[in-house]
This record gives sequence, C-alpha cells and structure tokens, in this order.
Amino acid sequence: MSPNVLALLPEIILTITGVLVMVAEPVLPAGQSRKPLGVLAILGTLAAGFASWYQLGFGTIHAYFNTIQVDSFSVFFHLLIAAIVLVTLLSSLDYFEGHASHAGEYFALTLFGATGMMLMTCSVELLMVFVGLEISSISTYILAGFRKGQASATESSIKYFLLGSFATAFFLYGIALAFGSTGSTRIDVISQNLASTATPTLALLSLALIIIGIGFKVSAAPFHVWTPDVYQGAPAPVVGLMSTAPKAAAFAVLLRILFSGFPSYEPRWASLIWIIAALSMTVGNLGALLQRDVKRMLAYSSIAHAGYLLVAYTAFPADGIASACFYTAAYAAMNVGAFTVITQIGGYRENVRTIEDYSGLALKRPVLAAVLGFFLLSLIGIPFTGGFFGKFYVFSAALHAGHVWLAVIGLLNSGIACFYYLRLLASLYSRRPAIEDNLFDGITVTLPAALALTITAAATLLLGIAPNQVLSLAQRSAAATAPGSANSTTNASR
Amino acid sequence: MPADFLWLIPLLPFTGFLINGTLGRRLPRPLVAAIALIPTALSAILWISLWFSMKAPGAPESIQSVASLFGNTSWIAISGFHVDFAFSVDHLTLIMLGVVTCVGFLIHLYSVGYMAHEEGYWRFFAYLNLFMFFMLVLVLAANFLLLFVGWEGVGLASYLLIGFYFKKDSAANAGKKAFVVNRIGDFGFLLAMFLLIAHFGSLDFTTIFTAVNQHPEWQGGFLTAIALLLVVGATGKSAQIPLYVWLPDAMEGPTPVSALIHAATMVTAGIYMVARSHAIFDRSPYALGVVAIIGAATALFAACIGMVQHDIKRVLAYSTVSQLGYMFLACGVGAYTAGVFHLLTHAFFKALLFLAAGSVIHALSGEQDMRKMGGLRKRIPVTFWTMTMGVFAIAGLPPLAGFFSKDEILFRAFVSPNPIGKLLWLVGLITAGMTSFYMFRLWFKTFFGAERFEEHHDSHGHDAHGHGGVHESPLVMTLPLMVLALLSIIGGWVGVPEALGGHDEIGAFLEPVLSSTGVTVTEVVSHGTEIGLAAISVLVALTGLFAAYVLYYKKPGTAATYAQRFPALYRLVENKFYIDELYQAVIITPLLMFTRIVLGIAIDGGVVGGSAAAATATTRGLGSLVRRVQSGNIRSYAGWLALGAAAVIAVMIFGYTH
Repeated sequence: MSPNVLALLPEIILTITGVLVMVAEPVLPAGQSRKPLGVLAILGTLAAGFASWYQLGFGTIHAYFNTIQVDSFSVFFHLLIAAIVLVTLLSSLDYFEGHASHAGEYFALTLFGATGMMLMTCSVELLMVFVGLEISSISTYILAGFRKGQASATESSIKYFLLGSFATAFFLYGIALAFGSTGSTRIDVISQNLASTATPTLALLSLALIIIGIGFKVSAAPFHVWTPDVYQGAPAPVVGLMSTAPKAAAFAVLLRILFSGFPSYEPRWASLIWIIAALSMTVGNLGALLQRDVKRMLAYSSIAHAGYLLVAYTAFPADGIASACFYTAAYAAMNVGAFTVITQIGGYRENVRTIEDYSGLALKRPVLAAVLGFFLLSLIGIPFTGGFFGKFYVFSAALHAGHVWLAVIGLLNSGIACFYYLRLLASLYSRRPAIEDNLFDGITVTLPAALALTITAAATLLLGIAPNQVLSLAQRSAAATAPGSANSTTNASR
Repeated sequence: MPADFLWLIPLLPFTGFLINGTLGRRLPRPLVAAIALIPTALSAILWISLWFSMKAPGAPESIQSVASLFGNTSWIAISGFHVDFAFSVDHLTLIMLGVVTCVGFLIHLYSVGYMAHEEGYWRFFAYLNLFMFFMLVLVLAANFLLLFVGWEGVGLASYLLIGFYFKKDSAANAGKKAFVVNRIGDFGFLLAMFLLIAHFGSLDFTTIFTAVNQHPEWQGGFLTAIALLLVVGATGKSAQIPLYVWLPDAMEGPTPVSALIHAATMVTAGIYMVARSHAIFDRSPYALGVVAIIGAATALFAACIGMVQHDIKRVLAYSTVSQLGYMFLACGVGAYTAGVFHLLTHAFFKALLFLAAGSVIHALSGEQDMRKMGGLRKRIPVTFWTMTMGVFAIAGLPPLAGFFSKDEILFRAFVSPNPIGKLLWLVGLITAGMTSFYMFRLWFKTFFGAERFEEHHDSHGHDAHGHGGVHESPLVMTLPLMVLALLSIIGGWVGVPEALGGHDEIGAFLEPVLSSTGVTVTEVVSHGTEIGLAAISVLVALTGLFAAYVLYYKKPGTAATYAQRFPALYRLVENKFYIDELYQAVIITPLLMFTRIVLGIAIDGGVVGGSAAAATATTRGLGSLVRRVQSGNIRSYAGWLALGAAAVIAVMIFGYTH
C-alpha cells in the first residue's frame, strides 16, 4: 500500500461509505426505513476505527509532501472520533424513523463530518487543517438544523453557520499571517523559522487569530456566545456529537500548533490560555447555574469543560498534552453518554426539556435515570469515573508547572458545578409533581441505543477505574507531538 | 492472615451490593437480608483473624498489599508519579476496621427488623453494603488518593441513603445539602493532595511520612498549608464549624443510617484522616491550634443547640457534632490516641443511642417529637435499659465507656503546651456538663413522666410501620442494642489511665502508629492532679444530671418558664443560631445574584433573554426568526466575538509573559 493511501486510510473508508449512503438515499423509495443506511454507516465507522488501529503499527507515516503525519497522536484522536461517531450513530439509528424524510443524508453528513475531523488531527500543514476544519464544520452546520420544520432547529443552524463562518475567517487570516511571517504553512517549518523571523509581532498576531478561530470551535469564552442557542435547537444526538468530536479535533489542532509550531512563544500564549481557561470555566459554570433547559445547561457545562481542558495547555508539554488527550477522551465518554440518554428520553419531538420535566424519571425508568445519574456524577468529577481522573490529571499537571491559582480557580469552579448537575440529579430522583402526565410513556430504548449507553457508561467507568491503558496511549501521543520536551518534566520533589 | 486476603474485606460487601443491586428487586426479603448480612459478617470474621495474626508476638507492625489491575501494578502512572491500588493495615487501621465491620454488622442486623415494612428493602441493603465497601476502602487505603476514593464513595452512599425516602422533598433536599457542603470540604482535600504531589512526588502514606520524619528542619511552611487544607476536608466530612450544617439535616435518612454513617463511621473519617497524617500536623503548631479551636468551638456550639431541640434524632445529631468536636480537640492538642479512643467509644454509645431512638420511634409508629413521648419506661423495657447505658456512657459517668475517653481528652487538653490549653479544657468541661444535661433531658422526657403520645392503630408518619400500638421491638432489633449496651459499658476499660489504676492498653497499642515526634512535651503532672480533674468532670456530669432531673422530672414545666424569661435567647438557640439562614443570606443568595447580574447584563446580553427568546421563536415560527436576525441578536453575538478577538490580540501582543 502506498504511504499516501495508508496515511489517509480511515478518511478514505469514511468518504466512500458516506458517498455510498448519499447515493443510496434518493434511490430508496420515500417512506421506507433508512435504518439499513445507518447500519452501513456504522460498519464504515467501525472499519475506519480498525484502519486507524492498523496504522498504529507503522510508526510515524509521512504522506502528501509532508502535509499529513500519522503518529500515535493522530491515531489517538482518530480512535476517539470514530468511537464518538459510532455511539452517535447507534443512539440515533431510530431517531428519525417516521419523522424526517431523507434521514440517509444525516448518516452521510455524520460520516463526512468525521472525515473532516480526522483529517484535522493528522494534518501538520495549516491549509490542510483548514480543509479538514471546513469539511467538518459545514457538515455540522447542516446537522444542527436537521429537525426540519422546527424553527428553533433552523435558527440553531443559521446562527451556527453565520458565526462559524465569521470565526473561520479569523483562522484563515491567521494562517495567511503565519505564512507572511515565517514563509511556510507547515507546522514544523514554522517552528524552525520563528527564531529568525523579521516580524515577530506578525507571528504573534497570526497565533492570536488562530487561537480565536479554534476558541470558537471549542466554545471557549469569550467566543462561547453561540453555544447555548445552537445546542438548544439542534437535535440531541447531534449535540452529543458536536459537543465532543469536532471539539476533540480542534483541541488536537491547537495542541499541535502550540506545542509543535509555536513552542518558543510559550510564555506569551500560555498566559493568554490561562486567561481563556479561567474565563471559560467561570462563565460556563455560572451560566449553567441559571439554566432551566437541560440542553442549555449542558451547553454551558461544555463551555466550562473546555475551560478545564485548556488548563492542561498551561502545563509542561509532556504532562499537558497527555492530560489534555486524556481529558478529551473522558469528557467525550460522559458527555456523549449524557446526550444519548437525553436522546432516548426526549425523542425526536424533544418534549422533555426543562429540569422540572425530568422529575420523577427514576420512578418510571430507573435504569435510564441511574445511567444519566452516573454520567452526571462523572461530569461533577466523583472518583471511580473518568471525569474525576481527567480533572485530577489536568489540575495536577497545571500545578506541576506552577499554576497554583489556575488550579484553585478550577477546583472552586468544579465546586460550583456540582450545584447545577445536582439539581438535575435531584430532579431525576424526586417525586413527580401533582400533575401526573405521560411524558415518559413513549420512551423505548432500542437495542442499538442500549448498546450506545453500555459503551459510554463502560468507557466512563473504565477511565475511572483502570485509566492506565488510555493514559499510556495519551503519553505516547504527547511524545509524538512534542518529542524534544518529553524529558523536560522532572519529578518535582523537594 | 496473608496480606493477599486484605482484598476480601471490602470486596465481600461489594458483592453483596452487586447482587442486591441487580437482582434484589426480584428476590424475597429474607434472601435480600441474607445477601447483605453474610458478606458483612464474613468481613468481621476476617477482621478478627487479622487481629489475632497482628497481635501475635513478632508480627509486623503493618502489612501491605498491592493489587494489580489488568496486569498493571500501578493504578495510574503519570510522568514520574504513580499511585497503586494498595491497602495496608497497621494498628490504627485495625481499630477502625473493627468499628466498621462489627458495628456495621450489628446495624445491618438491626435494619432487618427496622426496615421490615419499608418499600425499597433491597435498595436499602444494596446502598448499605455499598457504604461498607467504600468505608473499608477508606480505612484500608495506603495512599491519599485511594483514601479519597473511599472518602467520596462513602459520601455518595450517604447521599443515597439520606435521600432514601426520595418521595419526600425534605429528604431529597437534605441529600443535596450534604453533597454540596461536602464538595467544599473536598476542595480543600484535593488541593492538599496536589500540594503533596508537588512537594513529595507521591501520595503514598509511608513515602510522605518517612520523608517528613527524615527532615526535622521542615517546620510550618508548606506543611502548614497542607495541614490546613486537610482540615478543610475534615471539617466537611466530620461536620465541624463552619461546615457542620449538613449533618442535622441528614437525619432525614432512615435511623439505622444515622447510626452507622452519621454517628459511628463515616463522620469520623475526618478524625481518622487527621490522626493518620499526624506526622504533617505535628510540624505545624499553627494548624494544630486551628484544629483544637475548631473542635472546642464546635463541641460547645452544637451542645448549646442540642439542649433545646425537640426531635429526638436531632438532639442526637447535634450531640454527634459536639462529640466529633471533642475528637477534633484531642487531635488539636496532639493527643491523637485520645481522639481515636473517643472515636471508638463514641461509635459504641452513639450507635446504641441512635438505634435505641429508632426503637422508640418504631414503637411509636414514626413519632420523633419528644414532647409527644414520655413514660415509655415500662412499655419498652429493653429499649429503656439499653438506652440508659448509652445515656450514662455519653454523659461521662464512671465506669462507663464515655467517661474514660472524654476524660483523657480533657486531661490532655489541660496539660498540653498549647498556650490556651487551660481554656480549651474549660470549654470541654462546660460542654461535658451540657452533654450530660441534654442527654438526661432526652432520657427523662422520653421514658419518664406522663404518657403524652396517642396510641394509634393506623400507620402514619414517614417511618410508618403498618402495625399499631406501643410495642417493644423484635429480637432482631433488641439484640444489637444489648450488644452495643455491653460495649458501651466495658468499651472504655481498654484505656483506663494509670492514675486510676489501669494500664492504658489502647495507648500502648496505638503507640507505633501515633507516637508523635513533635508535641509530646507535656507538663509533668502528678497522678493526684489527674484524679482531681477526673473528679471535677464527674461532678460536672452529675450537675447536668441533676439539672435535667429538676427541670424535666421533678418540676416539669419549669423549663418552659425559664425559656419564657429569656425569649430572644431561647429563640436564637432553638433556631440553631440562624446559621442556615445566615449561609443562605451571605453566601448562596449573593452568589446567585452575582451570577444573574454579571452574566445577565455585563458579560452576555443574550444569556438570560436568549433562552426566553428562543422559546418564543419556537412558537412563533420562522417569521420571528427573521425578525430576530434583523433585530441584531446574531449581530450582537458577532459583536461579542469581535470584542473578544480584540482582547485576545491585545493580550497576545502587549500581554504579560510569565
């Protein structure tokens, strides 16, 4: 197999599957179930995941004139994205049944989005990153509005599209300036040429613009304003997807750019990231306190989690990258899990919206309530869950680098966070108010959805009990991205 | 017993939890009870065999066992720092294990009778076993992280059990409150752990304490910081000022839960943690002083509130807070052994008092108000006699358990080098008098005087047991009462000081673990002084008894007259000094206000309005969407983005570099 094909094998598989689904969609008669297309998409995702795993055996693969680099870092995120997409597809296999025509497009768009995200994580050239970013963004813009006919969905889609394009422009402009100041758009060449650049201010400006663009994608404050509106209107399974997978890809890109591309500017960007992290955690958590709508609340919670994750970027490279990778995985497991439950409870109509609507769920559907409760505990950061270890690792890495106050802000924030998660948790386990209605009567958990719940719950638990496998993979990723700095962390005992 | 079997001790209750948690709903009640009780009993038996193997001459002072999970010996390994799934047992752990397994088993047994008529029988026992699992992990842990896992786990089980009657709002709210307050404590604990990692590169007890002992030049400084942060954690779990507020509300849970979790085991975890980390505390007189003052203040404050409560369980709850204050005080004056000794005796008599109170409540079909009790002495004799033992023990009358442990603490405070040692002793002494008063008040009001309850043959009240009439509890409930009563009598005899002709066995037993290197220098006092101090505290206890006798037996009603004479003061104390209201007004309301104002107006105009606007858009359809786009919502968002971008660029280019 030529290295070019090998390097993009997962993306190629996803694209072919996506095209097949897209072509089959109009051929199927209207009104017929689109589930076979969903199954095809699931198989394609599985194959892409295995292809990624297969790539791990080849060490570092360089392809397409060194614009693509597949290493353990890329594979880590490939596998993560494949897993998120797999769970999303499983949980939404029956979501559109009987509600939307052309549901096949949904499956195809999900695959295309995944292609773009995977491309982002294995590109080491900024324009190639941009191509991946656009493929993934455009797919998600459409997916956000997929509950056709619902005004809130259309609003969500349009807002996401307009603001997203605005942010993309920043990113693109940043690339242009990076080229202007260093003469290249390849991350490794940028890093080499930075020392001798005649225009360091231009390079700083380019980095700032890139951070702005990525900051929007990961919904870090102050670029978070779109998040609650978009999440509230988008279909629940899509929110599960877009709050994790594109963010994981964007975080990966930011890791590569900061730690491989601009390591010499670390003193500059670290203090900027410090501020963004503190702001995101605080805005996210305080904002979530005020929400009654569960999806809006989780939107603010995802802003806060972006903040926790950014704390890792202020740490030493080896610690920082590994803990960021780990946190991304842990966050993905619990957040996709939570949205999977919400998908099952709300259904296509999403008539269960507010925290009060969820009250008494434990009486009617004890298992679903328990699973959602488990994910909420993980989001709070209780031991024996992935959420705890993620936070623990990130904060200890930041402390290691001497950022005591950031860790204190983070811990205070996770204290505040328990208020709103708990409000939902308490609502699940409270008595239903006097007006007895049948909100939960229509819930049917299908086999694929049950499988999706099992996968996410098991992953959340496993990341809390036996995190070592993922930790060691995360550490290998760190070594792949910042090879020179792997030894720079010392055991800081006195 | 080989170290490899250590694993079984927590794992046994965990299997009970798994079985009952998954299948319990479909199993008959006796089977559910058996599944919960047998593993607990086996754990207790394992503890006994462990005890004998460690008491044997030549036995090691501590044994360790590291488990491997999926072929990895370390649980997490990150850059130069690793944590193992490691358990260890030394003499301190041995005592804690004994309390948890034995008292735990007795309370399991009691619950079989107490919960017999409750819904969710299987759920209750599953949670109870889950609690046992985490509590055993907590005391067996060989490093701070595993201890923290147990710490959070017992918390979780406790919230589940407090909120057990989740159809009742007050129970659900109490569970929530416990959770939130404990998170504040956890914040301190986590920071302490991070500091430990930063300074020692490890969370392992042996590594850290050995390092501290090897560096006598480390005094105060970062050790004070770590110690104070640990104290924050301990005040949360052990319900000390300022974080005690959750414990009285936790009484919403079923009574056996109050006995097990909120009296005998979980709430003592903070004291255990401080005693365990004494190597760190010994280096920081400042942190020790804080511990001592918190302890003394909590003891006095909670005792004040306890004197005027009417709910029998609330009296006991405040009493628990107060007694935990004593243990804190003991740790604060460097008398860790005395603290652990009181922890042990308190586990016996407070578990007894709660279970007996549960038996009273059971007899009265759910009545908890002491104003509606009275004269129960003859109706429920076993409960009466066993509870009497508990009351005498906690009041500190010799030769019962509470006398020896409380007296040890008071004595240690008196002779401690702490500049305010004498004051601490005085506060402890006054508290002892108040303890005796409110316990005998409870005793007289419940068991003596006129019968003020109604005999109803229908069931009502939350602890409703669908069988009417005042009746003694079944044997399955009274048997644990009798065992605990016996322990409350003789439990203190392991720590009789030499001045009173004993040998202080528990002191010698804990010597290898708790021998402190820092503050052992105490005034040398004669045995005469010690005996004199003991005599004073007995006298004070008798005064409390006499006051209660006069006010609640001899001339009932005089208490109300006194209360009327100082209405403001009485109302202040009765309403628990309005601390809950104060927290609400000073912390919670401003936080919410701040959030609303800052987020609603200053940072993001769309946050609060946005949700309402989005809801309107949903109803009005696409037309309103277009209007809103034109009305500038997206434009304002884009404006925020641009502003943020400008700020980011400014910080990047002109910003400070660290």
